[in-house]
Amino acid sequence: MTEALSQALMFPMPRAAGCPFDPPPELSRRSEQEPVSRVRLWDGSSAWMVTRYADVRALLTDARISVDVAEPGFPHTNAVSKARDAQMKTLMQMDAPEHTTHRRRLTADFMVKKIEALRPTIQRIVDGLIDDLLAGPNPADLVEAFALPVPSLVICELLGVPYADRAFFQRVAGELVMDEGDPAHAMAASEELNAYLEELVDRKSAEPGDDVLSRLAVEQYRTGAMTRREIATMGQLLLVAGHDTTANMIALGTAVLLAHPRQLSAIRDAGDPAVVAGAVEELLRYLSITHTEARRVAREDLVIGGQPIRKGEGIIAVKSTANRDPAAFSDPDALDVHRNARHHVAFGYGAHQCLGQPLARVELQVVFGTLFRRIPTLAPAVPQEDLTFKPNAVFYGLRDLPVTW
Amino acid sequence: MKVTVDQDACTGSGQCVLIAPEVFDQRDTDGIVVLLSDSPDPLRHEDVREAARICPALAITLTQS
Repeated sequence: MTEALSQALMFPMPRAAGCPFDPPPELSRRSEQEPVSRVRLWDGSSAWMVTRYADVRALLTDARISVDVAEPGFPHTNAVSKARDAQMKTLMQMDAPEHTTHRRRLTADFMVKKIEALRPTIQRIVDGLIDDLLAGPNPADLVEAFALPVPSLVICELLGVPYADRAFFQRVAGELVMDEGDPAHAMAASEELNAYLEELVDRKSAEPGDDVLSRLAVEQYRTGAMTRREIATMGQLLLVAGHDTTANMIALGTAVLLAHPRQLSAIRDAGDPAVVAGAVEELLRYLSITHTEARRVAREDLVIGGQPIRKGEGIIAVKSTANRDPAAFSDPDALDVHRNARHHVAFGYGAHQCLGQPLARVELQVVFGTLFRRIPTLAPAVPQEDLTFKPNAVFYGLRDLPVTW
Repeated sequence: MKVTVDQDACTGSGQCVLIAPEVFDQRDTDGIVVLLSDSPDPLRHEDVREAARICPALAITLTQS
């Protein structure tokens, strides 16, 4: 009976009206009462859902699970991601040892000290966009004017996309992340970007600069270790993983802080960068925007949280409830920018934990450390109930965020 | 406290460097963990324990010296 009821539940589940920053209530109930349970997916298949902090961490470091989307039983997110996964295999779909080899081609580019060196550039991008915002119409849409261009321009810097190509790059990046659209449209954008990046690899090989594509062109393409297509795919992965994610964190983080004025002023008035850095960790924990969660398939039989899982069964590791687990965070449903939230799993856990996390951290630290200081009167231009959230997108966020000052 | 790191397991997430930069660094060539001190100052022990707890690759091991 319980099994039959559980089977009927669809993942993802709806969030409660009026609580756009909290996980769906049914997900929280499962985490409390039935921490490992079955759910039904968009294509009629079913999977296990693992919801508690300790179980999520144990699962994501277990060598018996796989991220290989070609494995039967893999719980695909939606039709678009299934189609894209079939067309293009990135390190996110590779298990060790193949994954280790591919990831280590990029880890140097995201080292803490390498990303710290980018901080002044990121600060310049953020300040420039705030200058433009203040010079433009008031009210304005913070998503379009600020949240989307910040990560897009930062990725251009990182990859080494020339200034002349940035408008093109931003357009294709936008088309690539249209979640509810036609899979064919997203695939066409993906192909357009791949063709562009392949051509850019040639240009970088001929005239290398100080950027990721130049380094890959020189070290991997010239030596024959990687093809142009493989490097283009890697560039596209960095864009997909680093653009929409950060943009949604900026918009959603701003919206949640505008709804919590005391938390916002603690960030705005903090003279100490460590306070802003801590606040960013808390926002990552509290919002857990990767709400389609971490998808895996069992390569062997295993037991998680007392529940046997059979080889070939799909598993969803639910980071958003793990990040609200009272066993890991006291008073977990309170947003508290002063708490130590560094052990959150918003970037995942295990070998596939976000490669770009040092970059995401610095971007968000610069954004939240600058936005409210430069625009102390920033306020929502519409009531929260009029905001349009993205319940069906791969990454949770806001369609727009009208603000005034 | 004695610290050991597993460079084969390390995924280069850099969290140990953010938490305890006096004890951990990243190799310039590939961002993999480098130990700066295997017997850190007692003042750093709490940070080192947090870094070990947070490491996504379980690549940091602490033993009593």
